Amino acid sequence: MSLEVNDLRVHYRTLKGDVRALDGVSFDVADGEIVGLAGESGCGKTTLGKSLIRLDGRMRHVGGTVALDGEELPIGDDRAMNKRRFKDVSIIPQYSMSAMNPTRRIGRMIADLLGSRGIAYRDLKRELVQRLELVGLPEKVLDNYPIELSGGMKQRMVMVISTLLDPSLLIADEVTSALDVSNQKAVAETLVRFRDMGFVKSMIVVTHDLSLVYQIADTIMVMYAGRIVEKASAETIVKAPQHPYTKALISALPEVGLEYGDRKLKSIPGKPPQLLNPPTGCRFRARCPLAGDECAEQPPLVGIDRGHEAACWKLEESNARA
Amino acid sequence: MLELENVWKSYRVGSLGSKRLTAVRDVSFTIAPGEVLSVVGESGSGKTTVGKMVLQLISVTRGTIRLDGRDITAAGKRGLREYYRKVQGVFQDPFSSYNPIFKADRVLEMVRQTYFPRVGRSEWQAKVEESLQSVGLDPGAVLGKYPHQLSGGQLQRMLIARALLLDIEVLVADEIISMLDASTRIDVLNLLGELKERGLAVLFVTHDLSLANYISERVIIMRHGAVVETGATAKVFGDPRHPYSRNLLASVPQLHTKWADNQFHAEELEPDGDRDRPPAPLTKVDENHWAAAAG
Repeated sequence: MSLEVNDLRVHYRTLKGDVRALDGVSFDVADGEIVGLAGESGCGKTTLGKSLIRLDGRMRHVGGTVALDGEELPIGDDRAMNKRRFKDVSIIPQYSMSAMNPTRRIGRMIADLLGSRGIAYRDLKRELVQRLELVGLPEKVLDNYPIELSGGMKQRMVMVISTLLDPSLLIADEVTSALDVSNQKAVAETLVRFRDMGFVKSMIVVTHDLSLVYQIADTIMVMYAGRIVEKASAETIVKAPQHPYTKALISALPEVGLEYGDRKLKSIPGKPPQLLNPPTGCRFRARCPLAGDECAEQPPLVGIDRGHEAACWKLEESNARA
Repeated sequence: MLELENVWKSYRVGSLGSKRLTAVRDVSFTIAPGEVLSVVGESGSGKTTVGKMVLQLISVTRGTIRLDGRDITAAGKRGLREYYRKVQGVFQDPFSSYNPIFKADRVLEMVRQTYFPRVGRSEWQAKVEESLQSVGLDPGAVLGKYPHQLSGGQLQRMLIARALLLDIEVLVADEIISMLDASTRIDVLNLLGELKERGLAVLFVTHDLSLANYISERVIIMRHGAVVETGATAKVFGDPRHPYSRNLLASVPQLHTKWADNQFHAEELEPDGDRDRPPAPLTKVDENHWAAAAG
């Protein structure tokens, strides 16, 4: 088991009180697994990604544990965590177009980065050049400044840098959102290739785009209002979802390759709850077509099938409707 | 009926306008009332520039744009105001379309000040409420609120309601869905469908092929400022003839098929060349389906 997250709670401190962005999240990521983390804005997916590598100033680790390769990850302790970053846990940030130091030549910047981990640049130079070739970048880009590269090239450069030390866990946060469709596909497929070649052991791909993550992930977790509502293989989430939220979300996605004619897709009425004072019980309750009295109590994430979990009291009813 | 005929747009770029960038090359199309036409393209394809020219936010370098047979570029400032009675736009980011200092419904009041100064308060109030209801908003829930108190979907719908206060014929919708969440975006998309049924012409500019496929009868695919393929949506998306369209469609992530399952090799495309040359002409490949010659 590569990553084990147990009842993780991370809150944001605000003047009005704590915003419970992550409210008791538990899951595992196996060796070699690509987990897609999907959800709408504000559901806590980016917070989850971030809290596994670096909590920013407003974020507070309230409870729960994270273990990577059997060893606890001190996520609340910035200094202790720093030793693990890049080597054990690495991230491809959301705005990787602007992730590189603009005042340094790229090669020099990488040398600095490696230096901070006590590794000599020349020892890794050959490996670096090989990996650059793999993503279609020539060696000479190392002498360029980031501004001299196009958006797609910068994205690939950052992907190579982030995975240079073969981290055990890679977090890819909305890496494809800012790209055009054709680049999107290339980047997504590169992530899979990096996993296949063993550059990273396991990966969490954070995205709002279910159809993209379906293409590359082994497992998909769907989050809603700070909690995981369903987790299953990519195939199951898309073809046979169980949770009412997942079902509604998937049926609201228009697609290419289908003819709609007069058929109309349906949205989910209402909006997600505020996480400052989240409602008790199931958080999807207010928007759920099946909600009943028992939903006033928080449903646990229970196993339905092998590798398939969902948090809903109404799973049987939900199935009967489908 | 909105018509674009051989429209070109060049920008001056670089220091002191020393360079020229041709963003739109020889684009022609028409939109009839009661029709949604999607303009699809990647960044830099010129799709937004087309929308901006229709809205007269930027000038047309060459060619003409006509509304109901009248050349819109010839109209002066006075004429432009009348033009905006008929043509309105909604843009990508609902949060920057509003002034955060004022209440959101100010955008509606400004329509009254500019276009209906003689309409009385109560009559106007009734008109506003009717318009808000027609876009699926509860007037009590959105009037008197600041932009940050409303969701992106509500703000976008309010801008559409604003456009409907005028007797518009054409709505330019530039990426209006992109910043909305999956669960609410479909409401705005369905609203566009309703507008169409009411007889509006909608120019739907997007990079997202799946949205275009869902909402529009006809579609235009643009690349490097020129149209590469156009026609009925089912034909263009179902049987793409231009290699660029094929590449694009094969790259779109879908839920019913995986990239890994159909081995598709991207076709070699003509690089971006001299943009001042006329683009490859469109030829009819099927009923209601035209494509540019490739290579």
